[in-house]
Amino acid sequence: MSSDGSPPTRRPLIAFAWVWVGAPLAYGLYELVRKATQLFTG
Amino acid sequence: MAPAGWSRWLVPPAALSVHLSIGQAYAWSVFKPPLESALGLSGTQSALPFQLGIVMLGLSAAFGGTLVERNGPRWAMTVALVCFSSGFLLAALGAAVEQYWLIVLGYGFVGGIGLGIGYISPVSTLIKWFPDRPGMATGIAIMGFGGGALIASPWSAQMLESFGTDSSGIALAFLVHGLTYAVFMLLGVLLVRVPRPVKAAGDGPAPLDGPQVSARSAVRTPQFWCLWIVLCMNVTAGIGILEKAAPMITDFFADSSTPVSVSAAAGFVALLSAANMAGRIGWSSTSDLIGRKNIYRVYLGVGALMYALIALAGDSSKPLFVLCALVILSFYGGGFATVPAYLKDLFGTYQVGAIHGRLLTAWSTAGVLGPLIVNWIADRQEEAGKDGSSLYTLSLFIMIGLLAVGFVANELVRPVHPRHHEPAMRTKEKEASDVQ
Repeated sequence: MSSDGSPPTRRPLIAFAWVWVGAPLAYGLYELVRKATQLFTG
Repeated sequence: MAPAGWSRWLVPPAALSVHLSIGQAYAWSVFKPPLESALGLSGTQSALPFQLGIVMLGLSAAFGGTLVERNGPRWAMTVALVCFSSGFLLAALGAAVEQYWLIVLGYGFVGGIGLGIGYISPVSTLIKWFPDRPGMATGIAIMGFGGGALIASPWSAQMLESFGTDSSGIALAFLVHGLTYAVFMLLGVLLVRVPRPVKAAGDGPAPLDGPQVSARSAVRTPQFWCLWIVLCMNVTAGIGILEKAAPMITDFFADSSTPVSVSAAAGFVALLSAANMAGRIGWSSTSDLIGRKNIYRVYLGVGALMYALIALAGDSSKPLFVLCALVILSFYGGGFATVPAYLKDLFGTYQVGAIHGRLLTAWSTAGVLGPLIVNWIADRQEEAGKDGSSLYTLSLFIMIGLLAVGFVANELVRPVHPRHHEPAMRTKEKEASDVQ
């Protein structure tokens, strides 16, 4: 069982998993920031 | 069960894939206007699938928690995937044949079961993998529930724009949602693992250390009900702002030299969502450092102070109003995300997911209570001829009172009496104390 020090064989899987969830979240955050700036410009 | 060498950093994305999906529920409002025009529904009718979904979330989390503990996170995530996606598919069929009851049944009832089981599915597992940072671990997952709406809201809107807002366009949008979420949640099903029950040195999982209380026993303790009140009060106070955010900021500064435009009010609502999300991961992680009781003192005590500032001086300064509202919403999110770790501290990891499920009935109660208080009072104040910030003064003071009740309930939380501990663990504890 691994904690912070993951074996090298798992690292690509960890990266893939985080990109899988990170990419849509980044899209959502981008849209949020775009909308939130209207408070200061609108 | 995790094979040797399995990394615990694979578990948070597994949890996020489920929570980012089911968080779509809070973006249901995107579908409301198209459904109303395509099927000739009223605003109240078009809200039904969401409302039933939230009721089912509470019920399935409360009653399905023990099953989730018994069958494990992979089973729970599979159930969540099947229910949530097939809910969308049923809704797609309902829209295609213009049978609204099918949409309510699909999205609300079937999908709602997916919401509840999905919400609690990773909690217990995350706590077991991250015994050193349970607040951070559950904060990541529960942040995902907030993030789900941020993704779904623009995505669903774009889809409706492309497919059209008639019944066939809505049906196609539901279909794409159902299929996409099924694929997206599959990552969670494939990656989630429970840690091997081996006590490792350092920060490795030690699942059954400390007092362990079953879900059945937990609901008989005063600690559970104190936390229930804490969560209910904190959520009610947050919803008080969230529910009326756009009209509130507009009314507060209606008579000022710089009134708030519709688009600026929408920007304010978006900013509140960001604070809600940031609070989930930020405050929950902070609780690992300063302790659960202390962080709830902040949520409830400083939260009440922020409400008082809005009530007394909110209309004098826009930055002050915005800042106070952001802090309140960050505490709202933090309250949700920290509670599993608080439960773990009190009741152990033995059935923490099931206990969390039962505690979520506080959320359902607050979901009714918060909007009811704010809307009812604002309507009465309007009838009484009040306007501007005075429309909300009474509601704000009621929120302060509720937070004070929550604060007292938090102060009453004490360690659980050993008579509620599981017998096997009691023996283990006794042996340990005998050795010492």
